[in-house]
Amino acid sequence: MNQANPLILGIESSCDETGVGLVRGTELLTNTVSSSMDEHVRFGGVIPEIASRAHLDAFVPTLAAALSDAGVTLEEVDAIAVTTGPGLAGALMVGVSAAKALALATGKPLYAINHLVAHVGVGLLDKSIAAQYDGGALPENLGALLVSGGHTEILRVRSIASDVQLLGATIDDAAGEAFDKVARLLGLSYPGGPAIDKLAREGNAKAIRFPRGLTMPKYMGTAEAPGPHRYDFSFSGLKTAVARCVEGYEARGEEVPVADIAASFQEAVLDVITAKAVLACREQGVTTLLLGGGVAANSRLRELAGQRCLAAGITLLVPSLSLCTDNGAMVAALGAQLVMNGVAPSDLAFATDSSLPVTTISL
Amino acid sequence: MRILTIDTSAIASAALLDFDPQDPVKTAELVANFATVDTRSQAEELAPGVKSLFTDPVAEGPALDAIIVGTGPGPFTGLRSGIAMARTLSFTWGVPLYGMMSLDALAQQVFDTPKKDSAGRALGPLAMDDFVIATDARRKEVYWAKYSAGAHLLDGPHVGPAADIFGVPVFGAGAGLYEEVLVGNRCTVHAPLAHAQPTALELGRAAIRKITAAGSLEGAGLLDSTPLYLRESDAKVPGPRKRAL
Ligand SMILES: [Zn+2]
Repeated sequence: MNQANPLILGIESSCDETGVGLVRGTELLTNTVSSSMDEHVRFGGVIPEIASRAHLDAFVPTLAAALSDAGVTLEEVDAIAVTTGPGLAGALMVGVSAAKALALATGKPLYAINHLVAHVGVGLLDKSIAAQYDGGALPENLGALLVSGGHTEILRVRSIASDVQLLGATIDDAAGEAFDKVARLLGLSYPGGPAIDKLAREGNAKAIRFPRGLTMPKYMGTAEAPGPHRYDFSFSGLKTAVARCVEGYEARGEEVPVADIAASFQEAVLDVITAKAVLACREQGVTTLLLGGGVAANSRLRELAGQRCLAAGITLLVPSLSLCTDNGAMVAALGAQLVMNGVAPSDLAFATDSSLPVTTISL
Repeated sequence: MRILTIDTSAIASAALLDFDPQDPVKTAELVANFATVDTRSQAEELAPGVKSLFTDPVAEGPALDAIIVGTGPGPFTGLRSGIAMARTLSFTWGVPLYGMMSLDALAQQVFDTPKKDSAGRALGPLAMDDFVIATDARRKEVYWAKYSAGAHLLDGPHVGPAADIFGVPVFGAGAGLYEEVLVGNRCTVHAPLAHAQPTALELGRAAIRKITAAGSLEGAGLLDSTPLYLRESDAKVPGPRKRAL
């Protein structure tokens, strides 16, 4: 195996994207994604069974397309990496079964890896980010803010291959999930993130003061004596507050100011996310923050995170959007780091873990 | 001819079988076999199990004549793990892939199991007439299909309560689970096969019977690898939001 510059095939199936990516060291060869998003539109959210059925049918065609796009054969691949968690249990099972089949059929080593850590590893593939650092390595004192329909976390990354810590996470809904639910309340299309982002530009973000979850002193505490949820998020109360607000207008027979509500809701979510992420960075000695997850596409999140990181002297890294959303290249990127760091591959008998902790980088 | 069979419609199992498609008399030779005991560890145990069938899977896999996978019906997540495995092996090795209804495996087992008296003497086939194979579909229902005494599919597969089945011998884990209901419907439930699950070994035997009868793999009327879910996903399209008035 080429351990210095390995060719890795990465497989992702933790939510509604079937992804197969090929990476050589830190060079992206292909990032092939088949999404079942269209099948979830009428339900207003990802339906796990529909996603699992779509993964089963999409996997082999996506694999074939990725190999042909990159112009490589399976024999040339040095190792295979697959997301084993966290994510939807039934969806993970499809990618993992296929990855195990690939490994046993080719005799290649298999790495069962953590989806959240892969969102960080993908930063290595982005040319504009790599240009800022030497030797294809992630910067020192690195943190990550991951925001998507399935997760919302702040991580500290001391070593991408061996030392990742969870600083904060949502205790209920993921931020992207809150966008989907509020979009439905406002009669907007799925997925809710882009719809709210667009409408919010026409609204007044200060029109309605929605609650900021887990920001009260009893949750925050102080830097010296942190409260129980200093860096954590909660979005379910906010979602309820939006529902009450809409109902209030309707009960009074007034027109619902959807643009103002969208802007105010979005501001409430992103204000807390960016404030807590920057707070965590300052208190934990993080000097570079990498943004990941599908919600990184949100223009206001990029703007607010940019302003606040700049003010706090933190370098903000935002990979290109196709690398931020769930994909196989990020899995391959992390797999390559594991190989380059001499981490042992996984045993073929490993199990998926829908709530795999970020501290477990690979099994 | 050498085939690899995989079934994860209940337990996880795989088998490697050799046979001569032109010679129906010559019995199939089992090369290697693997089966789990329970129905909850397919994803973990299947890959090591398939690997254990070969001395060198990388060299031997591409030399297979076919892979045949049980397409259910069965609980979805487990079922998909076997089909994902079979489809990916087929792609990687360049070996043709076929599907077979998993209940056919149990029908073959009924066909192959002689009825015995108390002294253990064979009294002819276990099913003298039409019979039903039923497996556990959870949610108080069974997956079932009706077969002729010769183990040819007559009707099904269906999913529904065991109470839908009337007046036939019933075999398989669904029979043991709902024995009382079935007996009340004038069905008979036979102890030796009242708790049996489909296995890749029996699925392979059923496949070989079809292939030797046809004289070729292509003519055997095997299915493709599309899973037989029989149930829609439970998702409901949300109705319009109630307005507050
Ligand atoms: Zn993700």
